[in-house]
Amino acid sequence: MYKIGIIGERDSVLGFMALGFSVHEAQNASEAENILHSLVKSGEYAVIYVVENYASELEDEIAKYKDLPLPAITVIPGVMGSSGYGMANIKTAVERAVGADIIFKDN
Amino acid sequence: MAEIRVNPTRMELKKLQARYTTARRGHKLLKDKRDELMKRFLDVVREDKLLRERVEVSLGRVYKSFSVAGAVGSPKMLQEALICPKKEGSLDVTYKNLMSVTVPEFKMEIVGDNVAEGFNYGLAFTSGELDASLRELNSLLEDMIRMAELEKTAQLLAEEIEKTRRRVNALEYIMMPQYLAAIKTIKMKLDENDRGNTTRLMKVKDMMLKAQLEQKQYTDEEE
Repeated sequence: MYKIGIIGERDSVLGFMALGFSVHEAQNASEAENILHSLVKSGEYAVIYVVENYASELEDEIAKYKDLPLPAITVIPGVMGSSGYGMANIKTAVERAVGADIIFKDN
Repeated sequence: MAEIRVNPTRMELKKLQARYTTARRGHKLLKDKRDELMKRFLDVVREDKLLRERVEVSLGRVYKSFSVAGAVGSPKMLQEALICPKKEGSLDVTYKNLMSVTVPEFKMEIVGDNVAEGFNYGLAFTSGELDASLRELNSLLEDMIRMAELEKTAQLLAEEIEKTRRRVNALEYIMMPQYLAAIKTIKMKLDENDRGNTTRLMKVKDMMLKAQLEQKQYTDEEE
């Protein structure tokens, strides 16, 4: 059995407590980075959600775990709203696989 | 392009031809694999895109109603209500083999009291907005898990496609032309040897005929 983790600033992640997620508050990006690494290292988490504003700063760190089957690190928008960073991630994956962006070209 | 240096013998030729056939077969198989991977990948990405659009919109709504709930009550109330969850979510992970890529599948399980209702606080001191936003968040849960699964799958597939594409290209543009060039070189060399042999034989035959003729003339003169 694996846990679900969520990393982000207080306002964004508080609500997920009620869902039974294991909630980790981070005040800034470097704190979020430490939490991320320790969560991955513990091996107890199958899914880790990272709130967008930290995720965009931790891009390289998150990329390290991209090719492992677990954990799935997924970006979600924070309380500030979506900046389209999550979508940009899908776009990058498409470009990596196909060589050109064929899904998002119309928007 | 660097060529393969080989001895121009029939044995080498046979060896190279066998390798070329293998390379061609491998190339075809890998190309098929790449095409199928691509098809699956695009399916996953399309679904993920729709899901993400939906999740992002709903999450935005949840955050809004949360801040309303915080404003109606007090931030402290909000924290008190949520800080001590009665239930614990955990994930059951199974692995699926998708075109020889191992991808995880998640299944959410919630353990704890009051699972159906989803509230883990007393209703007396909290506002209705909190209930509403939590209800929406709860309904979002399945989509969020599915989204994580799809995005992981997409990442893993993208990696595999990239690898396969490199292999296909290496076979198509490096290995196979190299083999073909080497085969051609050997064939030309062997043919050249053949021609050399034939002309040499013809020359020897001419010389022998000439010698015989001279011998005959000599004996004729003696008589």
